[in-house]
Amino acid sequence: MKKSIDLINERVRDGNARVVTADAMPGIVAELGEDEALREVDVVTTGTFGAMCSSGAFFNFGHAEPPIRMERIWLNDVEAYGGLAAVDTYIGATQQSTTREDQYGGAHVIEDFIAGKSVELRAMSRGTDCYPRRTITTDLLLEHLNQAIMCNPRNAYQRYNAAINTTDRVLHTYMGMLLPNSGNITFSGAGVLNPLSNDPKLRMIGSGVPIFIGGAQGMVVGEGTQNSPAGGFGTLMVTGNMKEMSPDFVRAATMQGYGVTLYLGVGIPIPVIDLDVVRSTAVRDEDIAVDLLDYGIPSRNRPVIRKVNYAELRSGAVEINGEEIRTSSLSSYRKAKGVAELLKSWVEQGKMALVLPTRPISPETRVKPMHESVLGPRVLDIMDKRVVSVGETEEIRAAAQKLLKGETNHLPVINSNGLLVGIVTTYDISKAVANPGKATLVRDIMKKKVVTTTQDEPVDIAVQKLERHNISAMPVVDQDMHVVAMLTAINLGKLIGGRWLK
Amino acid sequence: MKLLVNFSKKAGQKPIIAQVVKDTGVLINVERAIIDSSEGEALIDIPDESCKIIKEKLASLGATVRVLEHGIILDETECVDCGACVSVCPHEVFYFDDQWAIRVREGRCVLCGRCMDACPHHALYHKDEF
Repeated sequence: MKKSIDLINERVRDGNARVVTADAMPGIVAELGEDEALREVDVVTTGTFGAMCSSGAFFNFGHAEPPIRMERIWLNDVEAYGGLAAVDTYIGATQQSTTREDQYGGAHVIEDFIAGKSVELRAMSRGTDCYPRRTITTDLLLEHLNQAIMCNPRNAYQRYNAAINTTDRVLHTYMGMLLPNSGNITFSGAGVLNPLSNDPKLRMIGSGVPIFIGGAQGMVVGEGTQNSPAGGFGTLMVTGNMKEMSPDFVRAATMQGYGVTLYLGVGIPIPVIDLDVVRSTAVRDEDIAVDLLDYGIPSRNRPVIRKVNYAELRSGAVEINGEEIRTSSLSSYRKAKGVAELLKSWVEQGKMALVLPTRPISPETRVKPMHESVLGPRVLDIMDKRVVSVGETEEIRAAAQKLLKGETNHLPVINSNGLLVGIVTTYDISKAVANPGKATLVRDIMKKKVVTTTQDEPVDIAVQKLERHNISAMPVVDQDMHVVAMLTAINLGKLIGGRWLK
Repeated sequence: MKLLVNFSKKAGQKPIIAQVVKDTGVLINVERAIIDSSEGEALIDIPDESCKIIKEKLASLGATVRVLEHGIILDETECVDCGACVSVCPHEVFYFDDQWAIRVREGRCVLCGRCMDACPHHALYHKDEF
């Protein structure tokens, strides 16, 4: 059996359509069976509400008198794109204020407009014959704009990997606060309610399909950026009229230590036209698995701790090596459910007709990493290969002489096998000389916990280590802990004016 | 009941809390403390019925004592019920009700402030300075 979209829309028009939220569908299919569920249910509504960083809006301000072609534009001190001429702009949600840093950004401008607040526009131009004006400052309400069109390049992620932190310090990430030593797990996404999880083959979701966005009716533009449905990580580009949106479903936020983002509600109605739709909308939280990634590793390829599903994540705790680790959702399940419920009422009241995609999105697409024609600088490129080291059983006096002769402030300490066992600095030696005690040998005063780097490590990661530990140098070691070079703050100067920053 | 105890410079050198426990026989649970060589603050939890005697005893030993009226407060207009606060709280103050709305067990809170940093929506605040 199949149902045509026309039949479903006829039922919607007549007020006879059976509309259910996606979280109810697994139970309905289990109870009625697939065939009966297909006969019974006409539309499944989905919803998600969470941080959608890749969001923003186009504005048209109308022309001033005399007119200006705005080249640099700020809204409440948040810079917006000035390359669209003359009074058009695009503001990105994560752009931060020039005055209030991560406490205010593009997302806040969008929320303030929607909440009916006044926003200050400032713009500059070099002035032309046709657009003589050079500066403008004016306070604007949303109603003053000709258009305010939200258009988000990458929204409604199908699912998102969960996060954990195995290091010994707190991490502040876009996945929220990650406590040290695997102290918690964070995750994002509405699982069973998520739009793309209910249509992973993208049969019903594609260009032109009507959606709920921020409390307004909008539509799917097409595939989102970084779309990767072949790997289970589909995304959508979506749009909607900001003038019809509600602050209930558009909320600016700040992830501490990361920056500004926009929490947004998005929902898609899925017409139940055949058994495949019944099956895909019967998906449960248990069926949607993601990787639990260690955010302690600052790499694109973060290690996978284990697979977890949304049922486990939402239960409040996940077991790892016999230990229960508590979980935090960063997206709101209650709000996601609210989106799906509101969308359900729209369809039931005949306010939204169902539409099949006018252009399909390929389910075969897979995301690629960046092509880097030039590798970024590595420790190898700037390290100092002249290593002055000292043996652990040498006298402190010998170390002092080496420091002077080697014109360095840091001496790696090696054992009889030539392996790194500690480090002494000018400070350690001065201290030992100023307060002569029992210590006579280098090993008595050396620091045994040495922060090290390797030749292949990207300089940016090495710099983070120096900053985090508040040190100015560290030994570069090989696999066996032989010291092959030193990396000091002075070496970093090579980057400035060198080939890396040209 | 929770009390905020401030030790002055002089009193900081004496084992005041231990003294109070010894003299009153009331078991005091120290939930947070920042104490250095000269002064400090501590948040202690005691049985309600012992409040008067503990307060008087601490005061007689030179500490200033204030009853902690409020734990962390949730601003429901800002909160979106995401749950970012749930797993970062060391005392399990936050939980979801059956409608997936965040609820606060204020009495458990020791005002460590970690949830305030973790909340993306600035929906958590407190009245008492600690």
